[in-house]
Formats: sequence, structure tokens, C-alpha cells
Amino acid sequence: MIRVQEADFDLGTELARFATGDRSVGGIACFVGLVRDMAGGQPVAAMTLEHYPGMTEKMLAEIEAEARTRWPLADSLIIHRYGRLLPGERIVLVATASAHRQAALEACQFLIDWLKTKAPFWKLEARPDGQAEWVEAKESDDHAADRWSGE
Amino acid sequence: MKVLYFAWLKQKIGAAEEEVAPPPEVVDVAGFLDWLSARSPRHRQALAHRSVVRVAVNQSYAQPNHPVRHGDEIALFPPVTGG
Repeated sequence: MIRVQEADFDLGTELARFATGDRSVGGIACFVGLVRDMAGGQPVAAMTLEHYPGMTEKMLAEIEAEARTRWPLADSLIIHRYGRLLPGERIVLVATASAHRQAALEACQFLIDWLKTKAPFWKLEARPDGQAEWVEAKESDDHAADRWSGE
Repeated sequence: MKVLYFAWLKQKIGAAEEEVAPPPEVVDVAGFLDWLSARSPRHRQALAHRSVVRVAVNQSYAQPNHPVRHGDEIALFPPVTGG
């Protein structure tokens, strides 16, 4: 399931109702992305996430479908927020459920790695002095995503 | 066709979207970017570094040789930084 929303989400609620009722599930893996208070040695006062409504949902659905072709997942969930977020706030939740831990853990990592390089989101970091800068894409994120190619 | 701009491309162009009508000889993404660059100094400056401009046609990533047609939704944006 894909959700793109401005509002926060409750981790306990989301995980408690995730993949319930499927007794073949042996494990759930999850990743939660948070806003850091520092970036590149600079303090961050707030982060604003912009996205491309329509394409965001489409890309997330494609990424989720790709994970499901690669691993035997009973369920998967991606929640990604947009708008203005403060340090410590949740940005993204990825959860995967499978019969065995390896599939759940690998698929979870794959989803966040691919999401970072393919889903149309952009981060604008605001400094305490009011200056704001668009975050540049990291080469390390490309490498992390490339790891899953050609398998 | 409709062009959408995101992140710093939106700031440099000074608009989130615009309607454009390129001439018939504009048939692909590369040609479209060339034509768009010539529209104004703002466009030229925003599109000066093509290596950091990503293009989506009808909400799918598109390479320079991807065809563009009347009625398409073309989005221009920097490399993504979500997650």
C-alpha cells in the first residue's frame, strides 16, 4: 500500500495493523526515516519536502511492484510525508512482511534505496538564520540503489 | 502541452507550470529542452546544466530521445532527494 500525506503517522498503529490476519507471515521489517538536526556540518531548523503529485504515487507503486516480483512478500507499506517538517519528525515509513526474515529485511532495504533515487521528492533545508538550500542528490544513494540492479 | 517545474527549477523559472506550444520540428525531449531554453533568459539559465535536469513525460522518466507530442505533460526537476 502507498500513502503520500502531509500528516504525521503513528508508528505503533501502522505496524500493529500491518499484515494482520495473514498467518503465513513470520516477520515484519521496517525502516523509519527522520529529519536530522544537522546536515553537512550545518544546523537544520526545518525541512520542506516538495513532491510531484501523481508521479509520486505512480513511482512508489512501481517500486513496490518491483519488490514484490523479487521477494515473496505477504504485504508491503510505504508512507511518505511532504510539507514542512522539523528535526526529529518522521519523513517516511517502509514496512515489509514475509514468511521469513531475509525476504522482509532485503525487500525493506531495496524499497528505501530505490525510493531515494526514483520517487520525485525534493528536500529544502532551512538554516536557523533563515537561509534555505535545496538538498543535492548523493552519489552514495545512487550506489546504494545500483546494488540492487542486475540481480 | 503543459510543462511543470519543481524544486530549484521552479524558483529559477519563476513559475510552477506553463502552457507551451512548440513548433512541429520539436519531436523529442532533447529538442524540447533546446526550444524551451530559448524562450527567455530565465529558461536559458535554469536549463544551463542539463546533467542536473531530470525529465518526465506523462509522469514517467524520459531520456533525451523520448518522443514528445501535443498534449503531453512534461516535468523538469533536479535529481530527487526523498526518503
